[in-house]
Amino acid sequence: MSAEALLFYVFALCTVVSAGAVVLARGPMTSAMSLVATFFFLAGVYALLWAHTIAVLQVLVYAGAIMVLFLFVIMLLSMTEPEPAMKLNVARVVGALSAVGLGAALIASFWKLPTQPMGWAEDSARAAAFGTLKTVGEIIYTRYLLPFESVSLLLLAAIVGAVVVAKPRI
Amino acid sequence: MQETLDRLIREVLHEDPQVWAGSWVVYAAALLAVGFGLTVFGALVAGLTSWWERRIAARMQSRIGPNRVGPQGTLQFLADALKLIVKEDLVPPESDQMLFRIAPYFVMTGFALTFVVLPFGYHLSATRMNVGLFYLIAVTALVVVGIMLSGWASNSKWALFGGMRAAAQVVSYEIPGGMLALVPILMAGSLDLHEIIRAQGGFPWDWFVFQTPWGFIAFFLFFATQLAEGNRTPFDLPEAESELVAGYMTEYSGIRFGYYFLAEWGNLWVMSAVISTLFLGGWQVPFVSAETLAGWEAAGTVPVAFYGVSTAVFVTKVVVLMNVIIWVRWTLPRIRVDQMMSVCWKYLVPIGMGLVLLAALTEVLSFQLFGDAAKGPAPLGTPRGALHLAFFAVAGAVPTVLFFRKIFRNIRLTGDRIDLTNW
Repeated sequence: MSAEALLFYVFALCTVVSAGAVVLARGPMTSAMSLVATFFFLAGVYALLWAHTIAVLQVLVYAGAIMVLFLFVIMLLSMTEPEPAMKLNVARVVGALSAVGLGAALIASFWKLPTQPMGWAEDSARAAAFGTLKTVGEIIYTRYLLPFESVSLLLLAAIVGAVVVAKPRI
Repeated sequence: MQETLDRLIREVLHEDPQVWAGSWVVYAAALLAVGFGLTVFGALVAGLTSWWERRIAARMQSRIGPNRVGPQGTLQFLADALKLIVKEDLVPPESDQMLFRIAPYFVMTGFALTFVVLPFGYHLSATRMNVGLFYLIAVTALVVVGIMLSGWASNSKWALFGGMRAAAQVVSYEIPGGMLALVPILMAGSLDLHEIIRAQGGFPWDWFVFQTPWGFIAFFLFFATQLAEGNRTPFDLPEAESELVAGYMTEYSGIRFGYYFLAEWGNLWVMSAVISTLFLGGWQVPFVSAETLAGWEAAGTVPVAFYGVSTAVFVTKVVVLMNVIIWVRWTLPRIRVDQMMSVCWKYLVPIGMGLVLLAALTEVLSFQLFGDAAKGPAPLGTPRGALHLAFFAVAGAVPTVLFFRKIFRNIRLTGDRIDLTNW
């Protein structure tokens, strides 16, 4: 087993275990910390895929900014009582359906995997450029410009929504 | 680093690194050794900085400061650490036991991970990443997580307030900090810390701070955001001792308490190294132009002395910046929470956005004017070099001369003198 494969299994196992801990832990703070660990191990998997930019962004955005916001909210709510038993409502059904859908989409992607090794290790020019900030930036601003801009529109809508919710009278 | 190790394996052990199974052992051992060395370096820097800061603080308050342990008190930090290790490591029974115990390690890890990409001199850094600066910003986020955790897990009012303030402050100041860091990134065209340094030159007018007005303004604002992210005065609200006892570390004792201070003082080095890399030319040595260096590299004859001199230059810049940060701490009062927030969101963020736009515009214009010569250090003979020198004279040299003239005039008028005798 090569070192990459060994590292991959370490990262993958840790990702799955800590992701399970997010769902199964009783305290919200323990869940949140397991989520931080999940993001870090996932960043390790990205780094093994030579996607350095994505790996760093994963840590920067999720483990950094978003997790701090999560912790902030948990601190403000200070949930000491355990949540009551789950009841079925519309939000839960929709959530479960989207989880199943996402799982199905991920499993379906297994059939799209290339059967032959891609041989990128031999292609040094491609290996040097792949996953760097320059390449990712170029692709985002040319081929995937529309999805990129629609995501920023979504974020703008979220900001406007937050302001409206927080301040009824502006 | 892998090339160096491969050469070592080939020349010392006489094995082919590609096929020899033992090369993984060598790589792993080298990784552990470098990691250990860098962590020890960080701890030593933090310890010596604690002594240095206390001496400067004492000097500024007409005291003497720690001068008993070792020559001039230099070993004071070892005595302090020893004391903290043998003290009882108290965990409050009301706290969240596990999170309380691991919180300091988050802070320590976030601090130690920065040394992976920090440069020390020409070709001297543990590794080079094409996303180097991004990585730095990303791993320092762990420090905030640790601080928030300690605030929450302590289950104490003061600690919780400190943790909340820390979170609000660091997350807010990361935004203008990232924007202002974009100014030198745009000028260098890279996020690799060594590439950013190589796009500058050895002389002050080759540094990004004096190349354009945007870099000049960004330097001072970035300095302020770094102070805020490192929880340094005037932004040390998370541990404001007059209001919050000791903020997020109120409940800590023993060596866990020591870890917070280790990270805080060690962060002085990290901040100063980042500032000097982005704005102050990093390890660039005067009179060694980019062409000379490229010539040496092409011929494979980089003098050993150059490694040493460039490291000395870099360390000098870092130490001077650390001194400035310490002076700021013992000169300025702490600002209020609402002031801290409004400085960030009402001033730094809009100014940062404007500076990024102006810097990008300048880069585009400069590319139109100078073509391929628009990036990298410009020799004085070229029009770009002349522009940089002119801006340096206006923004750097003239104000400095005027400042010192004013200082000396004041000293002459009041009949005071600078007294350095009680050091």
